[in-house]
Amino acid sequence: MMLSIKNIHANIDGKEILKGINLDIKAGEVHAIMGPNGSGKSTLASVLAGREEYEVTEGTVTFLDQNLLDLSIEDRARAGLFLAFQYPVEIPGVSTTNFIKAAVNEKRKYQGKEPLDALAFLKIMKEKMALVEIDQSLLSRSINEGFSGGEKKRNEIFQMAMLEPKLAILDETDSGLDIDALRIVANGINQLRNQNRAILLITHYQRLLDYIQPDFVHVLYNGRIVKSGSKALALELEEKGYDFITEETDL
Amino acid sequence: MTNIAYFKDQFEDIAEPDSAIREITKTAFDTFNQLGLPTYKLEEWKYTNISSLFDKNYQFSKDNFQDKLSPSDLQALNLAGEEEAHALYFINGRFAAGLSKINATENELVVLPLQEAAKGPYQKIIAEHLGSSSKYLKDGLHALNTAFIQDGVFIYLPKGKQLALPLYLHHINHADTENVLSQPRSLVYLAENTNLQLIETYTTLGSMESFSNEVMEIVLQENAYLAYYKLQNDGPNAAQVSSTQIHQLGKSYVQTLTIALNGGVIRNNLNLILEAEGNETHLYGLSLLKGNSHVDHHTLVDNKRPNCFSNQLYKGIADDTATGVFSGRIIVQRDAQKTNAYQSSKNIILSDRATINAKPQLEILADDVKCSHGCTVGQLDEEAMFYLRARGIPLKEAESLLLRGFAADILDQIKLKPLRKHIEQLILAHLAST
Amino acid sequence: MNEDLDMLEQSALNDYKYGFVTNIDTDTIPKGLNEGVIELISKKKNEPEWMLAWRLKAYAYWLKLVEPTWANIKHPPINYQDIIYYAAPKQKEQLNSLEEVDPELLRTFEKLGISLNEQKRLTGVAVDVVMDSVSIATSFKEQLSEIGVIFCSISEAIQKHPELVKKYLGSVVPMTDNYFAALNSAVFTDGSFCYIPKGVRCPMELSTYFRINAENSGQFERTLIIAEEESYVSYLEGCTAPMRDENQLHAAVVELVAMKKAEIKYSTVQNWYPGDKEGNGGIYNFVTKRGICLEDYAKISWTQVETGSAITWKYPSVILKGDHTIGEFYSVAFTNHHQQADTGTKMIHLGKNTRSRIVSKGISAGQSQNSYRGLVRAAKGAINARNYSQCDSLLLGDKCGAHTFPYIEVKNKTAIVEHEATTSKIGEDQLFYCRQRGIDAEAAVALIVNGFAKEVMNQLPMEFAIEAQKLLAISMEGSVG
Repeated sequence: MMLSIKNIHANIDGKEILKGINLDIKAGEVHAIMGPNGSGKSTLASVLAGREEYEVTEGTVTFLDQNLLDLSIEDRARAGLFLAFQYPVEIPGVSTTNFIKAAVNEKRKYQGKEPLDALAFLKIMKEKMALVEIDQSLLSRSINEGFSGGEKKRNEIFQMAMLEPKLAILDETDSGLDIDALRIVANGINQLRNQNRAILLITHYQRLLDYIQPDFVHVLYNGRIVKSGSKALALELEEKGYDFITEETDL
Repeated sequence: MTNIAYFKDQFEDIAEPDSAIREITKTAFDTFNQLGLPTYKLEEWKYTNISSLFDKNYQFSKDNFQDKLSPSDLQALNLAGEEEAHALYFINGRFAAGLSKINATENELVVLPLQEAAKGPYQKIIAEHLGSSSKYLKDGLHALNTAFIQDGVFIYLPKGKQLALPLYLHHINHADTENVLSQPRSLVYLAENTNLQLIETYTTLGSMESFSNEVMEIVLQENAYLAYYKLQNDGPNAAQVSSTQIHQLGKSYVQTLTIALNGGVIRNNLNLILEAEGNETHLYGLSLLKGNSHVDHHTLVDNKRPNCFSNQLYKGIADDTATGVFSGRIIVQRDAQKTNAYQSSKNIILSDRATINAKPQLEILADDVKCSHGCTVGQLDEEAMFYLRARGIPLKEAESLLLRGFAADILDQIKLKPLRKHIEQLILAHLAST
Repeated sequence: MNEDLDMLEQSALNDYKYGFVTNIDTDTIPKGLNEGVIELISKKKNEPEWMLAWRLKAYAYWLKLVEPTWANIKHPPINYQDIIYYAAPKQKEQLNSLEEVDPELLRTFEKLGISLNEQKRLTGVAVDVVMDSVSIATSFKEQLSEIGVIFCSISEAIQKHPELVKKYLGSVVPMTDNYFAALNSAVFTDGSFCYIPKGVRCPMELSTYFRINAENSGQFERTLIIAEEESYVSYLEGCTAPMRDENQLHAAVVELVAMKKAEIKYSTVQNWYPGDKEGNGGIYNFVTKRGICLEDYAKISWTQVETGSAITWKYPSVILKGDHTIGEFYSVAFTNHHQQADTGTKMIHLGKNTRSRIVSKGISAGQSQNSYRGLVRAAKGAINARNYSQCDSLLLGDKCGAHTFPYIEVKNKTAIVEHEATTSKIGEDQLFYCRQRGIDAEAAVALIVNGFAKEVMNQLPMEFAIEAQKLLAISMEGSVG
């Protein structure tokens, strides 16, 4: 098992958002978590990545045989957990290349490897750039600063390609994308899909799943997974809306 | 010359030994004696020279002339929409209680001469708050006002009173036979859950010179709301130093708006002391300067507690040989985490003989803050001018149109509609005059 | 954030790398300041009569002044009688070549990363090194003189080019300018002199490295750069001092003169000893730097990276006298522990169509106080003057302060002056983003701070930029907040 979430409860500012989540993800699997706004989807991503505003009050998370909740934010990342941000953060004056290089070398240091020299890094970068059709000029700009919505999301997937995570959590990576950008981003994700890597897609809409076929679909509502199924569940949601599940649950 | 010796005579003459506020005035006079009048050598007075004004002889009169003014005289000073409102009058710097027009019961609004209030049930409030601004305004002029405090006014809003009608405070200087020096003083206290809209105006009657050295202290308790408008539209013979210090003791809301159109040398000190968590303050200012006027806006926002918000927007236009000054200071104390404090000063120069001086300052001692200031000095947008003229609008009109546009976002903040209209009319006339 | 706060509390064991003392015989004069001392300095430097007269005049003026108190800094009173005004490493009277420099001194500068050996140096940088009160050596002098560039110590210039020194010394910063300028004019000992003749683009960077070594001494640097018509020069200065518990005074005056279409680019990486974590010791860096764009189309650009000194008091300024002239000021000031910096610039627009640009980035950590103070003045005749100023402050930790005191004075209707300033701390979301990518908090802060300062760093010549970036990283160690 790559990731095993057992009965996770989490609060922010004293308010309980996650109310007992259970989820197991194996290598090679793609899971989609869907749910209406405010159901706790992004909270789950934040808790897994270790955002400090969230307090885990109950439950355990095991990631590659380690207690994930004991790890610092950066150690989770170095161990192979990657979060593609819903709102990627701007850091003025820090070029995208330098930022990614720092991240890649931190990971290599963690793995006991030598840092990549400029040339080797550039070579790898060139390869991965093609994946998300990202332009060299974008990479010399300050990270995320003045990027369009699509550029920001492509840059997230580009970083995923560079960092080669074991588990990628993609938080609303489809939001704010037009159809072309969505196709490019989804294409990139599909190419990064392999049997050693697990992907957790967090999305509000079914449309991303037209491009990326999930193995499992879960519906998150009011801090709990209320329904799990196959791709068909997503289609059903698309057709009937969330109401059919939320009403069922509220009863 | 109106010098220290002159004030010494006046002080000894006036001070009554049994006055309840005698101690305050004595200390203040000693301070004045020590500091003298501020000179431009002091950093805070770098851009405004006030000392030369005292080369003249002023009459610091004991009379408040209140019987000289007929109801129709007073009515002439009314602003649009004022008929129903409450109105108080200061004549030559002395509160003229006999002229007050208050359309409320004493349960809703208390207005008393300061001396009287200092003896009665408000003794404690006065002891606590009167003179508290001297901690921030450490200059001779401020001390001088405090030394002659006895004819001031005390305004009090009891707990829970939302004063529906605005309160007007008219300052009248009678300068028909001699130069007048006036020193109005007021203490305004807003208890919990109160609401006050306060408007101050200044009028010099007669052709002699007037110099008004005013101090107002305002205290707000929890959940009090204050909208404070100051309209400075006096003659070129009227100089003025006007200091207002607002203490937001409880979580409260303040909006101030200062409009300077005409006058001689004007210096406004506006201090906001944010002593409670979650205070909100908006400061607006507009100077439309022509002729030889000199208007200096000094603001201070002292953030002492966390989670306060303040925003300042001051706009200035200087034509002819006028000088506009803006000096804004934001202090964020160590405890005032999560402060958001913003300040913007925008200025337009219309003449080569006009001057704009600006000094926006940030002094920040807490780290989790968002603070910014911006300052611009420039001209009317040439493109816009060209556009208007290409549509057949004459130069002068186009200029007036753009200047009104420039002023609009300040005027939009005037929530009293008749007052806004009144000021818009004044500005229109002001821009049309040469 | 508790974890980060702990890291802040641990705050910096960063050793100042340049804090060693060179053991070398030093020729020092007794402590104290009087006319006799000034005569002695002048005599030691074998100065002509006019120079001594100039110094004495400055001294007489200085005696009438009181130390200024307007800056946002605090320090115990300086006892000007308790300072040694002249200290020079003992070596042969007249050096004929670099080979004759005392090996101990050569080693000192090697250790500081400054090689005086021309073969070993990167071509493209000529260096003058000043230790305490004297210039030790100047490299590439001959190559430069072939194209007419004079690059030597100011002492040498007084001897060899008196007409130039007489003409320009004190022409930009008069001896009466301020307290420290008057003091410097009376007792200055050494510094650099650069003269770029008409039409010459100086082919290499000129640089001066200032080192304080002797105990109880003050350093009074005087630098003068003259760029004739259509010439260009890029000048760099660096500085370090040993770690000592006492405060030492460095009171410099730098004057730049740019003629028609000339350009002077002046870069400083200031790394004087900042004092220890408790605020003991460190250099008082009280400096007057000013350039004048004397003729049309001249350009002067100041870039400074200030990480050192216990106290910095410095406002590199430009007087835009000629029409179409340009002044620039790019500054990064980093303060940590108990350091205090009050720095900024003055842009005085006098000519028509003059332009100036100010970019100031202040970073405060520990219990330090960091102030930007600047003046932009558009005089009546400065038709179409333009200024844009951007002053940003970053606070690392809740015990430091960041202050901004700009003065804007506009006296004509065609000038446009814009000033913007912001103060904030590093965003939690920025830190989280970096850490999610595997970059630890400390490295993330360094990354973000470097990004914050980048616009200024970009102005430095390449080798210097890398040095400056490293310096910033070292100064910042342990200041994560």
